[in-house]
Amino acid sequence: MSSNHPLDQLYRQVIMDHYKNPRNRGVLEGTNVDVNMNNPTCGDRIHLTMKVEDGKVADVKFEGEGCSISMSSASMMTQAIKGKTVEEALRLAHIFSDMIQGKEYDDSVDLGDIEALQGVSKFPARIKCATLAWKALEKGLQQS
Amino acid sequence: MNVNEIRALFPILHQQVNGHPLVYFDSAATSQKPLPVIEALDRYYREYNSNVHRGVHTLGTKATDAYEGAREKVRRFLNAQSAQEIIFTRGTTASLNLVASSYGRANVKEGDEIVITYMEHHSNLIPWQQLAKQTGATLKYIPLQEDGTIDLRDVEATITKAAKIVAIAHVSNVLGTINPVREIARIAHERGAVVVVDAAQSAPHMKVDVQELDCDFLALSGHKMCGPTGIGVLYGKKKWLEQMEPIEFGGEMIDFVELYDSTWKELPWKFEGGTPIIAGAIGLGAAIDFLEQVGLDAIAAHEHELAQYALERMADIEGVTVYGPKERAGLVTFNIDGVHPHDVATVLDAEGIAIRAGHHCAQPLMKWLGVTATARASFYLYNTKEEIDRFIAALQKAKEYFSHVF
Repeated sequence: MSSNHPLDQLYRQVIMDHYKNPRNRGVLEGTNVDVNMNNPTCGDRIHLTMKVEDGKVADVKFEGEGCSISMSSASMMTQAIKGKTVEEALRLAHIFSDMIQGKEYDDSVDLGDIEALQGVSKFPARIKCATLAWKALEKGLQQS
Repeated sequence: MNVNEIRALFPILHQQVNGHPLVYFDSAATSQKPLPVIEALDRYYREYNSNVHRGVHTLGTKATDAYEGAREKVRRFLNAQSAQEIIFTRGTTASLNLVASSYGRANVKEGDEIVITYMEHHSNLIPWQQLAKQTGATLKYIPLQEDGTIDLRDVEATITKAAKIVAIAHVSNVLGTINPVREIARIAHERGAVVVVDAAQSAPHMKVDVQELDCDFLALSGHKMCGPTGIGVLYGKKKWLEQMEPIEFGGEMIDFVELYDSTWKELPWKFEGGTPIIAGAIGLGAAIDFLEQVGLDAIAAHEHELAQYALERMADIEGVTVYGPKERAGLVTFNIDGVHPHDVATVLDAEGIAIRAGHHCAQPLMKWLGVTATARASFYLYNTKEEIDRFIAALQKAKEYFSHVF
């Protein structure tokens, strides 16, 4: 398919790579953060486990089912927050939320792969797919 | 039946979506509205908007006549014996909840059984689940055959003498299965149970005759049959409705009100507390006139042809799984290997084609199918074979697109 297909701004190569080869997939045993979340309107679901130690995300894994956008977003999220402080992770979640809704966002932080999801903001029906993992993260960090 | 003439009556269909002419394949979620319905609503609000059943002024009388006239149209449409058996509600969900809350709470007790099937929409599942929890009754499921149909031997085996209510979809919103409601009603009645029919997916598309089905209750939604949102119907046999208590109390539904006691109006008004859905009922009446003019048998035949054509064309695409039996109502639920249904729906939307993706408010059925979500294309009287050709081409595109990005 040609690279100027209108869907290419949604389905960026890096998104498809995370969908096909999810990072940090699995379930951590004996962790202090364990969150199950689903999107009741579409059936997507995520199980997020995190080890939060000394105010830092020492380890994180996710398990779940869903579309390319929701699963790649979860994969990118775990990649981005691993090793970050709780504060940094929450800040990232905030920036992501602004970006995905098409709002102005703080670009002083390097988003890495996550930036590829920016195109989702142009597809309002898919925004909820992208935010599921991040909602689970926010809930999880409240638990820690 | 001339589809082009019908399409001309639906203004919404004549638009471009994402640079392509709209193909609307989501009528099982909600149907589009023809001009006669839009104009009936417009006329009501412009010319005779007024409250009903009260006041003696001219507009009030006109509005009451139109509202009660719509009830008579529904009676004729369903072939009910009396207009007293037709209650206007917010929709199928409200109708089914009314039966569960009123008839159910009064007639179901601990040890009794409520029987449904694996293919129920959540609206014909959760009210019974709740009723079972509240009363201590047992909720039982009639199993499905591999092709998504029901075997009457399973019906015989599942409905025992302990059954008080059997609730079943006339047509499955996922599988398209047309259930043998008449036979199920006969078995249920032999065992002493009443039969509740969810006709949300049948009444818009085929002739539904409550006396022929011999069901005790039947629920439908106006918005799925060319009518407005927010209006639905509960049909009930008079003998049941008469003994049932209202579940909403207030104005409009009362006879006499004293300080510590009140009495109710007669049927059907005792179930219609508050200012009723006047415009909605008038719009539904116009929709029924429209559907009857086209002819329910002609609509059913047209949709059957479309569904069979879609099945045939989809069988040619490798990696496409279709759920449900071959003989079906006008919808096709499917998945493409390796492409999540949301992604299928997004690719189709980019081509101007509207389909549904998700669990279709039938999570237990999704589990039974062994999937978390599916895509669904649903057809109505305004759809064409040419639109199915575009849909097939878009499915090929979706497959191709995702095989490239991987």
